[in-house]
Amino acid sequence: MPRAATNDRTELKSITLDAGGVYYKDLNSQVRGLIDEGYEEIVLQGVNGQRYIGDGLTQKVKIIIEGVPGNDLGAFMDGPTVIVNDNAQDGVGNTMNSGKIVVKGHAGDVLGYGMRGGRVFVLGDVGYRIGIHMKSFKDQVPVIVAGGRAGDFFGEYMAGGVLVLLGLELGDSPLVGSYVGTGMHGGAIFLRGEVCDHQLGSEVRVYPLEEEDRCQLEGLLAEFAEDTGADLSGVSLDDFVKLQPFSHRPYGNMYCY
Amino acid sequence: MAFGDQYSRWRVDRSRVPAACGLSGVISEDGAMIGGDVIIESMKVIHDRGNGLGGGFAGYGIYPRYRDHYALHIMFEDPGGRAACEELLEADLQVQESEEIPTRPGPGIEDAPELRRYFAVPRPEKLAALAIGPDDFMVQLVMRINTTVPGTFVFSSGKNMGVFKAVGFAEDVGEFYRLPDYSGYCWIGHGRFPTNTPGWWGGAHPFNILDWAVVHNGEISSYGINKRYLEMFGYECTLLTDTEVMAYLFDMLVRKHGLPLEVACRVLAAPFWKDIDIEDDPASRALDEALRVVYSSALVNGPFAVIVGFSRGMVGLNDRIKLRPLVAAVKDDLLYISSEESAIRQICPRPDRVWAPNAGQPVIGELKGDV
Amino acid sequence: MAGNMVTSEFLVQVDHERCRKCKRCTLNCGFGVFDFKDRVTADTSKCVACHRCVVFCPEEAITVARNPLAFREHSSWDVDRRKAIWKQAQDSGMLLTGMGNDLPWLNVFDHLLIDACQVTNPSIDPLREPMELRTYLGRRPDRVEVERSDGGFKLDTEVGNIIKLDIPIMFSGMSYGSVSINVHKSLALAAQRLGTVMNTGEGGLHEELYPYGDHIIVQCASGRFGVHSEYLNKGVAVEIKVGQGAKPGIGGHLPGEKIGREVSSTRMIPVGTDALSPAPHHDIYSIEDLRQLIYALKEATGYKPVSVKIATVHNVAAIASGIARAGADIIYLDGFRGGTGASPAVVRDHVGIPLEIALAVVDQQLRSEGIRNWVSIIAAGGIRSSADVAKAIALGADAVGVGTAALIALGCRLCQKCYTGNCSWGIATQRPELVGRLDPDWGAERLVNLINAWSLELKEILGALGVNAVESLRGNRERLRSLGLDEMTTEILDVKPAGR
Ligand code: SF4
Ligand code: SF4
Repeated sequence: MPRAATNDRTELKSITLDAGGVYYKDLNSQVRGLIDEGYEEIVLQGVNGQRYIGDGLTQKVKIIIEGVPGNDLGAFMDGPTVIVNDNAQDGVGNTMNSGKIVVKGHAGDVLGYGMRGGRVFVLGDVGYRIGIHMKSFKDQVPVIVAGGRAGDFFGEYMAGGVLVLLGLELGDSPLVGSYVGTGMHGGAIFLRGEVCDHQLGSEVRVYPLEEEDRCQLEGLLAEFAEDTGADLSGVSLDDFVKLQPFSHRPYGNMYCY
Repeated sequence: MAFGDQYSRWRVDRSRVPAACGLSGVISEDGAMIGGDVIIESMKVIHDRGNGLGGGFAGYGIYPRYRDHYALHIMFEDPGGRAACEELLEADLQVQESEEIPTRPGPGIEDAPELRRYFAVPRPEKLAALAIGPDDFMVQLVMRINTTVPGTFVFSSGKNMGVFKAVGFAEDVGEFYRLPDYSGYCWIGHGRFPTNTPGWWGGAHPFNILDWAVVHNGEISSYGINKRYLEMFGYECTLLTDTEVMAYLFDMLVRKHGLPLEVACRVLAAPFWKDIDIEDDPASRALDEALRVVYSSALVNGPFAVIVGFSRGMVGLNDRIKLRPLVAAVKDDLLYISSEESAIRQICPRPDRVWAPNAGQPVIGELKGDV
Repeated sequence: MAGNMVTSEFLVQVDHERCRKCKRCTLNCGFGVFDFKDRVTADTSKCVACHRCVVFCPEEAITVARNPLAFREHSSWDVDRRKAIWKQAQDSGMLLTGMGNDLPWLNVFDHLLIDACQVTNPSIDPLREPMELRTYLGRRPDRVEVERSDGGFKLDTEVGNIIKLDIPIMFSGMSYGSVSINVHKSLALAAQRLGTVMNTGEGGLHEELYPYGDHIIVQCASGRFGVHSEYLNKGVAVEIKVGQGAKPGIGGHLPGEKIGREVSSTRMIPVGTDALSPAPHHDIYSIEDLRQLIYALKEATGYKPVSVKIATVHNVAAIASGIARAGADIIYLDGFRGGTGASPAVVRDHVGIPLEIALAVVDQQLRSEGIRNWVSIIAAGGIRSSADVAKAIALGADAVGVGTAALIALGCRLCQKCYTGNCSWGIATQRPELVGRLDPDWGAERLVNLINAWSLELKEILGALGVNAVESLRGNRERLRSLGLDEMTTEILDVKPAGR
């Protein structure tokens, strides 16, 4: 049983749990219980590898994670804010509907798969297949911003939403891998830096930023810096390119009847 | 029936058991000794990647007293098998020491076969007669025992290293074999999730030949051709698991063909032609082209992540498009590789650096000096 | 060069003597065959033989006939193959089709015979004696523990979350988008009345159907369309669709024209965008990833049962075993005759293996591993009659899924043109004027009629077998005999040949 202690340092009704060695099923059910009891902020200490934190939660609570949470952090999540003060693993924000996930370190592969709303901010690098099959719907526009670099298949099948990759402290490594936006048919990708044609999926092209893109980006960067503590002083909107699909029907001519 | 029949059924039945899993490994490049409890601790965190149908470990540097002898770990389900096997060993090897492998029966581990180890070297006259080196001789002997002696399986055959595996969860397997009593400079561990149950201890990972030990996650879609390719070079894929081909490919490419490890990895997880074509350096482009042309049948395709242990180190590798996870970390002289970061952080809470290796990019840890 | 080299498949003939020029045919044909200038004219090249005009002509003035045009016979170049080449040479691209595999592969069901009692054991009269069809789906513990309490007994084992069905027949997943909303409504109403479940398919669940949640399995497929927390919690179970019998291993593609306002809000994607379903789930590249998604869904739903739907492919037994071990509660096997709204014909007709064989080996594999209790097996993709239901259950299915048969009950003529979106019967279409033709109450009634009739027949079969509960037939292969199957297939099915 994790130890629980109520915190009075914030005005939110807050509590701290020691998650060290607690099995995910027990931890998550305890978190759900605390939310039902009316806690608005839950600090999980000693987290290491517990899966599904925030999975399916619909309440607007805040979950702060110390340690490395397990896979599928915030899957099917619809409302909460999750702060990870360390790295995160694979499957962050899987099919997430709304809410926010802030990772102050790196994150792994398949982040934001099928995400339909909310935000995921990662201060450091992200892995392969980020934001694939993201889609927007009505007023919901999912957003992923990563401060570092990303692997291949960035924005594969993307149908909506916004992906931003900042490449802070890149050194010699490339900003992003290959097959960027392959199969993309909606949404926009903003990259801080150049991409070569051979890195792009055949459905996307590079476009310059419009005024409204600059506005949107400016707002997102401010929010990102605020949430992650990133230093964006060296970042200029002039350094970004935009990737968009040039067709919403990439596979229209594949069939005959 | 039990073991003997089961095994021979496996040999005849050409159906393959796909398996998937959790991996972890650690090496001290300075050759400092690490207790077996460390790797068990790491595997505990990724318990859920296995399903209790196989767990195992390999430790390197654990038999310093017999560092120049091949350490054969053998399981016998059939007492007749033991007699026949020992007869073979006696004929071909000078056996320095033969003993039971110490175990501590506990919960989660059932139906243990008889487990023994032998420290031995090939008889010089045998080597002379066949005109082959001791390593090749040992490979042939192991394959002979494993394919002909009923109920008998050699599951470890390297020097100054040992594989310990069983049906069960990894942490239980580690305790069963009393791994905390051993120390070594490198350990790899595996929790298995087979899609059906052979219920056979030999089916657990690591798979081993000589000092190669492979733990593997994923399924090798190219298994059929990799297997037929290896068969051309005298390897018999008797266990019908795709992991076995990984061990044999490393053995073949590195030990027999003498490729540097990094290059062997470039064969197994070859870069895409598209990327080879735009390589700037003509020399490296030519090498990559040649590797792909010559070793096209050794390309391992499909989702995989492996950690391969060998006498001087350990290498982690995943497939060309990273369909399986792999995380690495360093702290001082220690290199860690695992399926999940948490398995590393469990035994190294504050690493100097943690990163996710790129697709097909090996992470290699090697001893700096002698141990 | 002359126009279309692909000659008409059918000829539409209007008897102008009988025609009273009511123009109903011009309105009814979804494919735009008829025109009216002084009298009805027909562009026969467009006709797909859906019979809508024939059924609705008040004077029975219309007939649709196969075009008798003679082709020189050739035993390997049959006419369909020649036509396929003409089409592809003309338009390029993959040949698209709808419904299930239509090549004449051996149908194993048609080579299995059911037993009956004579003299040595009594048959049962199902009309006057109880005959139980109730079926439970989900993972069960291997044993039950009881405690003695106050001189009685108390259950000391948690059975877990399982689904109760009144009959071992459910409706297969067909997505809103590929079929019309009125098909979904008909299925939901019928499932409620029959005490069984429908399955949303991968296109989400329209809000109007939320009240039927107790009779709905919601699907989570690779496109994650309409998948959100509330949706997942609406159904009795969640199904992860890995594959579909009509198109194993390939993704889906619902063209933007079919994404109107309602489909858009149910799928939660903008109006008019293509809905692409990736071939794999990108969070499942391996078996332990499947477990990860299974438990993510369980965590999100308070541990509702999770079904995993796969197409029957060659290594199906090992795959099914892995699915059971990954924590699934139900394995849904979709055979290679399963239907589809759209699939490349080459995949539909040539990929996968028959349901009957897959079912036999999966059931056997799980039994030999001692884990058959962990999962229920649903057999679908090729169930055409109550006889098939009985045979599937005898081979080891817990329940069967019907899709094509349900659509035929709603009027489908198997014209196989579902992908065009022009279905004259208001089934596989989103055109409002066509959708309106299918009245959900009428549809539900026909579905209830059909399944009740099959249930009656199934009871008769059970009665003839001398058993009064469907579980006595389940996996009871002793009550099947094969006729005209080769020895190896008979052995794989683990049934005896007739006469033994
Ligand atoms: S397509 Fe159908 S409705 Fe149209 S003419 Fe042919 S049979 Fe009649
Ligand atoms: S659903 Fe409609 S289009 Fe599809 S086969 Fe049936 S009648 Fe034809």
